[in-house]
Amino acid sequence: MFIEQLSIFLENRPGKLKGITDILKANGINIISLSLSDTTDYGIARMIVSDSEKARKVLLEGGYTAVLTPVLVVEMRQEVGALSSLLDTLSAGGMNLEYMYALVTDVNGGAMVLKTSDQAASYQTLKNEGMKLYTEEELKVFKK
Amino acid sequence: MIWAKEETLPREEMEALQTARLKETVERVYHTVAPYRKKMDEAGIKPEDIRGLEDLHNLPFVTKQDMRDNYPFGLFAVPKEKLIRIHASSGTTGKPTVVGYTKKDLDVWSDCVCRIACMGGATPQDIAQICFGYGMFTGALGLHYGLEKLGAAIVPSSTGNTEKQLMFMKDFGTTTLIATPSYALRIAEVAEQIGIHPERDLSMRTALVGSELMTEAMRQEMYKAWGEHMNVTQNYGMSELMGPGVSGECLELNGMHINEDHFIPEIIDPKTGEVLPPGEKGELVITCISKEALPLIRYRTKDITRLMYEPCKCGRTTVRMENLLGRTDDMLKIKGVNVFPSQIEEVLLNIEECGPHYEIVVTRQNHSDYLEVRVELLPQYMSDSLAQVDAIAKKIKARIRVVLGLDVKISLVSPNSIQRFEGKAKRIIDLRNK
Repeated sequence: MFIEQLSIFLENRPGKLKGITDILKANGINIISLSLSDTTDYGIARMIVSDSEKARKVLLEGGYTAVLTPVLVVEMRQEVGALSSLLDTLSAGGMNLEYMYALVTDVNGGAMVLKTSDQAASYQTLKNEGMKLYTEEELKVFKK
Repeated sequence: MIWAKEETLPREEMEALQTARLKETVERVYHTVAPYRKKMDEAGIKPEDIRGLEDLHNLPFVTKQDMRDNYPFGLFAVPKEKLIRIHASSGTTGKPTVVGYTKKDLDVWSDCVCRIACMGGATPQDIAQICFGYGMFTGALGLHYGLEKLGAAIVPSSTGNTEKQLMFMKDFGTTTLIATPSYALRIAEVAEQIGIHPERDLSMRTALVGSELMTEAMRQEMYKAWGEHMNVTQNYGMSELMGPGVSGECLELNGMHINEDHFIPEIIDPKTGEVLPPGEKGELVITCISKEALPLIRYRTKDITRLMYEPCKCGRTTVRMENLLGRTDDMLKIKGVNVFPSQIEEVLLNIEECGPHYEIVVTRQNHSDYLEVRVELLPQYMSDSLAQVDAIAKKIKARIRVVLGLDVKISLVSPNSIQRFEGKAKRIIDLRNK
């Protein structure tokens, strides 16, 4: 039900992000989605990648600290009010968003990657509302 | 094991021995070392004015600058032909300081180091691996001769190629480790990386660390890395005085016993130069009373400590110097506050989320001193939440504020990104005058 997100410690210095992409490229790992927070000295790069466990391992060997975090990936149609109704559902259930970023699937829309204050309850709530939650299996289409 | 009878002399006998050696040394340097004669003449003191230990404070100080001014052999009390060894300090600023030894000096040096090795738990049955850099530096050869005198088997592996060092340790069954405390911790770190468990896979039981100071927190790290069964002691010395062997900790771990029959310690106020009463904290000043080649009189070590004259539970009667807080040289003045890197290190070692390696960067911004501490975030404490990572930095900042009364900037960095050192660690980057 959850998708494994890679959370990487990133020093805010020239070349540090490039170092990550170089390692992923060299190991044949595709970045499906990425979010960067803006910070002063350090921050966290959050990614959905084609092979999260392998990515964590090769990044660690390359001197980067990374952990795997379970997140929800929920479908989002390219239409007016789609995000609004997702947020309605979450706030009605008393869930707070910790962070959220977009994942593109095709021209008709995509998905939102999100982490809330209560992941299990959020999953259930979204499911009950009939929203589509992606599984690792379904994201495999990007895992080339 | 107590190596020499001089380590247990009653105080009166020790003072009588020191008095005789002091008088002989002062008399000798006055007649053989021109710069000393000049200093004493300027101060209006003749050798016969030194009748006992109570007159010592009348003699002028010698500093590192005096050694540089008289580079290379100007302060030597013997002709060059009498020398059998010459060492020099690294000399990070200006000319290196050069030290020489006669045959007798080397014998005394070996004996002093041998005493310190015994204090720290080494025995003639030990296999001792010396992971100090061999060369002009006195540390490696000092320990080498001392442990050889003890009868231990020496593995002179020097620094570098840590994986090979570990192979020797494992295959030879090394029992005693000689290194700087930071390199000792580094070796354990590399051991884990290559699948060697120091406590289970090696036979190490004694570590004699030196050449940089070990804080109590660092000693705890040593136990964690090498095993609780270890004897971990530190010893003290400097090339100007002889090298290692001036003082060392016994297994009571309550200060470092000074080899007083060769070195007379005093504690002075570093600002006024006045001798402070027993037990007070100040700069350590040492007078060498048995050296032939380079008998420094009242040498200012720039190290801050205090002296403890109470007899030790180990049976030795020699005075102990408290483990160092730091050197007056390393002391940083930040916004008027005295800061020793060891204080920051102590805080970091007590925070489990960060590693023991650090860097201190001092800059001046808008006419105000600014201190940044770079420290490694340990992988197991990484989180996807910036708030949680920030909380670690805030915790470190708050603890440092308690200890120093200063706000510093904490920069978390990736593991293994701070430079590791095999010799003396350089932790401070002072950019204020750049």
